[in-house]
Amino acid sequence: MSQNIRPDRDFTTLKDYRRTGGYQGIRKALTELRPKQVQQLVKDAGLRGRGGAGFSTGLKWSLVPMEDDSAADIRQTRYFLANADEMEPGAFKDRLLLEQDPHQLIEGIIIGAYAIQANIAYIFMRGEYRLAAKRVAHALQEARDHSYLGEHILDTDFNLEIYLHTSAGRYICGEETALLNALQGRRSIPRAKPPFAVVSGLWGRPTVANNVETLCNVPHILHYGVDWYHSLGLGADQGTKLFGVSGRVKHPGLWELPMGTPIREIIEEHAGGMQDGYRLRGFLPGGASTDFLLPEHLDVLMDYDAVAKAGSRMGTGTIIVLDDQTCPVQMVLNLEEFFAQESCGWCTPCRDGLPWTVTLLKDIVAGRGRMEDLYTLAGLTRMLGPGHTFCALAPGAMEPLQSALKFFREDFERYIIGNSATREPA
Amino acid sequence: MARIEIDGELHTVQDGNNLLSTCLSLGLDLPYFCWHPALGSAGACRQCAILQYRDADDQQGHLVMACMTPVQDGMRIALTAQQARQFRRDNIELLMTNHPHYCPVCEEGGECHLQDMTLLTGHTMRRFRGQKRTHDNQYLGPFINHEMNRCIACYRCVRFYNDYAGSDDLQVFGIHNNVYFGRFEDGALQSEFSGNLVEVCPTGVFTDKTFSAHYARKWDLQTAPSVCVHCSLGCNVAPGERYGELRRIVNRYHGEVNGYLLCDRGRFGYDFVNSPKRIRKLHIAGQASCSVTMATDKFHTMLQAADGVIGIASPRASLEANFALRALVGEDNFFLGLDDSEHTLLNAIHEVMRDGGIHSPSLQEIEQADAILILGEDVTHSAPRMALSLRQAARNAAFALASKLHIQPWQDAAVRELRKQAPTPVFIASICSTRLDDIATNTWHGGPEDLARLGFAIAHNLNDAAPLPAALNEDQQALAANIARALRQAQRPLIVSGTSCSSLAVIQAAYNIARALPESAPQLAFTLPECNSLGMAIMGGKPLQQAFAAMNQGLADSVVILENDIYRRASTQQVDAFLETARHVVVIDSLQNNTTEKAALLLATATFAESEGTLVNNEGRAQRYFPVYPVTDPVRASWQWLLSVMTDSPWAHHDDLTSACAGAFPELATIVAAAPGADYTVEGCKIPRQPQRYSGRTAMHANIAVSEPGQPSDQETPFTFSMEGTTAKVPPAVLPVIWAPGWDSNQAINKFQEETGGSLRAGDPGIRLFEASGTQSWFNDIPPAFQAQPGVWKVIMLPHIFGSEELSLQSPAIAERCPAVCALLHPLDAETLAISDCDTVAIRDPSGTLIMNMPIRIEKTLPPGLLGLATGRPELQPLQSGMLVCLHKSDPLATDVSEERS
Repeated sequence: MSQNIRPDRDFTTLKDYRRTGGYQGIRKALTELRPKQVQQLVKDAGLRGRGGAGFSTGLKWSLVPMEDDSAADIRQTRYFLANADEMEPGAFKDRLLLEQDPHQLIEGIIIGAYAIQANIAYIFMRGEYRLAAKRVAHALQEARDHSYLGEHILDTDFNLEIYLHTSAGRYICGEETALLNALQGRRSIPRAKPPFAVVSGLWGRPTVANNVETLCNVPHILHYGVDWYHSLGLGADQGTKLFGVSGRVKHPGLWELPMGTPIREIIEEHAGGMQDGYRLRGFLPGGASTDFLLPEHLDVLMDYDAVAKAGSRMGTGTIIVLDDQTCPVQMVLNLEEFFAQESCGWCTPCRDGLPWTVTLLKDIVAGRGRMEDLYTLAGLTRMLGPGHTFCALAPGAMEPLQSALKFFREDFERYIIGNSATREPA
Repeated sequence: MARIEIDGELHTVQDGNNLLSTCLSLGLDLPYFCWHPALGSAGACRQCAILQYRDADDQQGHLVMACMTPVQDGMRIALTAQQARQFRRDNIELLMTNHPHYCPVCEEGGECHLQDMTLLTGHTMRRFRGQKRTHDNQYLGPFINHEMNRCIACYRCVRFYNDYAGSDDLQVFGIHNNVYFGRFEDGALQSEFSGNLVEVCPTGVFTDKTFSAHYARKWDLQTAPSVCVHCSLGCNVAPGERYGELRRIVNRYHGEVNGYLLCDRGRFGYDFVNSPKRIRKLHIAGQASCSVTMATDKFHTMLQAADGVIGIASPRASLEANFALRALVGEDNFFLGLDDSEHTLLNAIHEVMRDGGIHSPSLQEIEQADAILILGEDVTHSAPRMALSLRQAARNAAFALASKLHIQPWQDAAVRELRKQAPTPVFIASICSTRLDDIATNTWHGGPEDLARLGFAIAHNLNDAAPLPAALNEDQQALAANIARALRQAQRPLIVSGTSCSSLAVIQAAYNIARALPESAPQLAFTLPECNSLGMAIMGGKPLQQAFAAMNQGLADSVVILENDIYRRASTQQVDAFLETARHVVVIDSLQNNTTEKAALLLATATFAESEGTLVNNEGRAQRYFPVYPVTDPVRASWQWLLSVMTDSPWAHHDDLTSACAGAFPELATIVAAAPGADYTVEGCKIPRQPQRYSGRTAMHANIAVSEPGQPSDQETPFTFSMEGTTAKVPPAVLPVIWAPGWDSNQAINKFQEETGGSLRAGDPGIRLFEASGTQSWFNDIPPAFQAQPGVWKVIMLPHIFGSEELSLQSPAIAERCPAVCALLHPLDAETLAISDCDTVAIRDPSGTLIMNMPIRIEKTLPPGLLGLATGRPELQPLQSGMLVCLHKSDPLATDVSEERS
C-alpha cells in the first residue's frame, strides 16, 4: 500500500504508479474475472473495512442485488463510493494515501465498482483535505486521459465515471448513510438500517461505500492474489494496515505494518517510545472513539479481535497516547467537546446526552463537580451505549469516557474533592 | 397474523407492523415522540425503548426501539422490564435538559404529549444543573405561534411539513442540541396545512395563534362533535367554546375522511362565528327593536299575507333546515339558490354518483390510488384536505417497490428514498399551475373546453365506444394515450374532477374516463363548492334564475332566503330587481351581507357551532354536527325559525325533521343513522359536553349574579351542556372529546381506534348514501377547442383556499392570508396589451363599459385568451366565469377597484 509513498511528500503520477505494478489489478479484474468472482476473491482475501467497523469488504459487495437476483431487473443503477471523510481526532491515515498515491485509490474504486457493476462512483472527501482534493482531481484526469475511466475501460464493456465531492464538513458525514444524505444535498443525518445501503443507498439505489484505506488494499489483492495477501498478516486478520501514533512519543507518525503487529512494537519501536520525561499512562488504540487501554495491554496484537478482547477496538488503527503529565479528565473533556459539537442532532441520547456530558466534565474540571456527577456520567455512558442511539457516534464517544472513569477514577475524584493542584494539566 | 409475547402475555397481532404501533393498538401504554401514525417511524427520539429477548431462554434481553422493530412471529418482548423503564425515564430526563419547566404558564399545558409522556415514564427529579439553551422565536404568520425553547427536537414538524405536506419553507437548522426548527427568515408559513403543526408538535413549539388571542385550557373548553363547513369534504372537527365564544377548532379523527389532519381554512376559519358582523339581533325593517315573539308574529303575518312564497335554500345549511324551508314553501316554490351553471354541474355530478356505477372514494381510499388523473381542479384550493391525500397516494409506487425490497412501509425515510425511481403516475390537467404539480408525472394546461377534450380523448383511448373529440393536436393525442395507458395498467385508478372549471363537459369527460375502465374498479372523486352542495343536489330544487322569473311573472310575491347571500350567485342588477319586486323579504342568516341588508325581516340564526344538522359531503357521506354551546336569545337555529311559523307541522324536534327528511327522499333514507338521536343516553345520562375537569362553573357568571344558574337544557341532541355523565363507550359520532387516563393530548385517539391509524371503534361516523350501481351512457357532447379571440378575454374563476369561501373570509386570520385581488394573464397577452407585472388594466364589457380596474399578475401557465380571477371575492362580484371582457392598460392613477365599479 505504501510502496509509492515518498519521503518528499510528493505524489505518484500515473506513470510512476504504473511502473510499480499499478493498474494491473484492474486488468486482471476486468479482463479475466466476472464481477461475482471479484467479490469472491476479495471475500477470500479476508479484507475487512479499515474505516473502523471491520466488516468484510467482499461480503459487503456480495450483498448488492446483481443481474441474476430477482430484485435487480428493476434497479439497474448502482453507485460506488469511496469514503474519504477522515475526521476522527487522531486519524490521519487516509490523508497520506489520498495525497501521495491517489491512483491506488482510483484503481481500488474501479475494481470495486466493477465488482458490483456500478457505473458511477463518488469520492466523498473531507473539505479540509484541500491538497488531497487537488491531487485526486489531477489523478482522476490522468486516469480519464489514459482510458482507465470513461467508456469501455480496457476495451471491455465496463464504463465508469468517478466524481470527486468535497464535503462541507461534518464528522457525521463519515457515517456511511449520513454521507449518502450529504451527497444528495441533504442534512447529513444517518439513515435507519435496515435497509442497508447495499439495497437502498444513494438516491435509493444499491450503493457500496468503502473506506479509502480498504480500497487501497484491493488492487494488490487482485494483482498478487489471495495467498500472498494471507501471508502478510501476523494474527487472525489478513494483510497490512496503516498504524499511527500521536501524543508524546519520540516519533509520532504512520507506518504500514502487518495486521496483528503488537502494540508495544508500534509505540516503542516505530514511534520511538515516550518522549524523555514522560511515562505512558494509557492509550486509545483505535482513535478518539475507542476505549483506553493501559500499559499492561502493550503486548496485545493490533488486530480486530485481539483489541476487542482486551476491551477496546482497533478502530482506525491510529493510537493516541496518554502520558503521565496530561490530565485524563481534560483529555476526555476535549474529546467529548468534539463529539458533542459534531452530534448531528437527530436522536435524543446523543443530541442531549453529549452536551450534558460536556457540562458535567466542565463542572468537574472547574471545581464545581459533585461526587454524584460521576454516577451521572457513568449512567450516561450506559444510556448512550450501542443500540441505544441511532448511529455509532455516541457509543463511540462514550468509549474513552467509560474507560477513563474505570481506569482514571482518582483523577476525576481529585478534582471533585478539590485537590487538583498536584495534577495541573501540562 | 403473528403470535408475540409481551410482558409474559401472548397476543395475536398483525404481521408487518412495528412494535410501537402494535403495542398501542393493543391498548398498552408505551411513550413515543417522533413516531406518528400518519408519518411512520423515524427512530429519532429513542423514547419507545423496550426489551427484546432472543429466545424463550433469554433472561437478559436487549433494548430495541419499538418503532423501528418489526413484529415477528414468536418474538418475546417486555415493556415493563426495569431496564426499559429506566431507559425511557432517563431519555425524558435528557429531553428535559433544555425544556423549560413552566407547564403552568405554557399554552400546551393540559394537552401536552410531552407532559403526558413525562408522567407516564415517571421522570420527576432534575439532575441537570447547567444553563438551558435558548432560541429566538420567529413570526410565522397569523396562524401559528413559535416558541422554540420548548422544542424537544422530535423532528415531527419538518417531517410533516416537508415530507408529508410537501412544503419547504419550514426547515431544521443547526446541529447537536442547538437544532432549530423554523423558517430561513420570519414570515407566514406557506403551507396550506400549517395548522397541523399545532397537533403534530408533541409540545408547545407551534401553537394556535388564533386560540392564543382568547385562550382557555383544554379542560375548560366545552366541545361537541362537529363537521367543517368550509368546503365539501366534511372533515370532522372538534370546536371548543368558553364564555359563549368559539375559541378554536382541532381535528376530530375520522378514519375514512380527514384522519389526523385538517387544512388551515378548516382550522382557522372558525372565527366568523365571533365576528362583529354576526347578526345577534332580530330586525324588522322600520322598527327600532324586535323580540322573538314580534319576529315570529311578523314572519307569520307575512306568510299569511303573501301571494306565493319563494323559498331560497342554501348549500351551506343543513339538510334539516333546507327540508324545513321546503316544507314551508312547498316543492314548487323551493329553489336551491345556486346560479344556473353551478346548479347544472351539481345535478350532473349527483346523477353520475347515483347512476354512474362508479365508486366515489373516501379520502382514505384516495390515498390508496396507484394512478391518478386530476381533470380541471387545483385541489389544494378547491378541496384542500384532498390534496394532502393525493400527495400521499403519489407515494404508492414507492411503497410497492419497498415491499419488493423487503423495506417496511413504516420505514418512512427509506420508502421516501425510493420515490424518484418509482413515481406513481399522477397527471394534472388544469387551467394553470397547481400546488400539486410537484407530485405530478405530467402536467398540462388548457381552458375548460380543452381540458374536457383531453378527458374525452383519454376515455376514447381506453374504450373505442367512447366518443373521440375532433381535431386534437398531436401533443394532446400523445398525452391522452399516455394517460390512458397509465390508468389502464393501474389496480386502483382514480379520476378527480369537480366544479371549479364551471364546465359540464369536464365533468362528463371525467365520467367517460371512469366508465371506460370497467375492469379496474376505477374511482371518481368530485370536489364541490360548499359543505352541503351534494345534499342540496340530492334534495333537488329549482335554479335561482327561475326564482327571479317566477317573481317577475307574479307567480309569487314574497321570499324566504335561508343562509344564502344571493348576491354571490347572480348579478347585482338581477338580485336588486328580485328583492325590490318582492313584497316581503325574510332572510335567515348568521352574518351580515348584501342580502341581509335587504331583509324586511331579518332572523338571526345559529352557526354550525351553535346548532345541529346533517351535511352530505362530496363523497356522499351524511354526517351530523351538534351545537357546541347554546345560542343566546334571540338567536335561533334556522330550522327552529322555520318550524316556529309552521303551526300545523307534525314536527317539534330536530330528530323529527331528520326522520321526515329521510322519509321524503329515498336517497336520504339512511341519514337518521348518521348519529344517535336525542333520546340516546349512557347509563341513563346524556353525554357531557364539558370535560370532567371543567372549572369555574359556579363562578364564571359571578360578575352577573352570584347564584349559579341552571345549566341550559338540550332537547335536540344526546348531549348536555354540563360535565355530568360519561363519555365512556359512546359511539364515535357523538364522542365529544378525545381523552383517556394519562393521555391528555389529542394523541389519546389511539385509545379509541381499532388499531393505530385505523377506523374508530364502533365505526367511523357518517353514513354513505351511494354505492356504485348502474351505468350511464357515454356523454357525447364534446365542446370545440377554445379559440382565443383578439381583443377579447374569457374570464375564468380560480378558487383559492383563503378567500374563496364565504364564511371563513370573515375570520381575521384567514382574511390576513388572502392574496391581494389581481387578475392573471398569459405573458403573450400581457405583451399584446403592453403591460407588465403589477400594472393595472381596465376591464370592460364588450360594449366598452368599465367594469373595474385590476392589477395584473403574469402567469405563464395560464392559457392565452383567459383572464384568471379569484373565486368568491366580494370585490370581484361583477365578474363571472365565462364572461367575455376587453382589457386596456389603465391610467395608473385610477387603480381603486371599488370606486371604478360601474
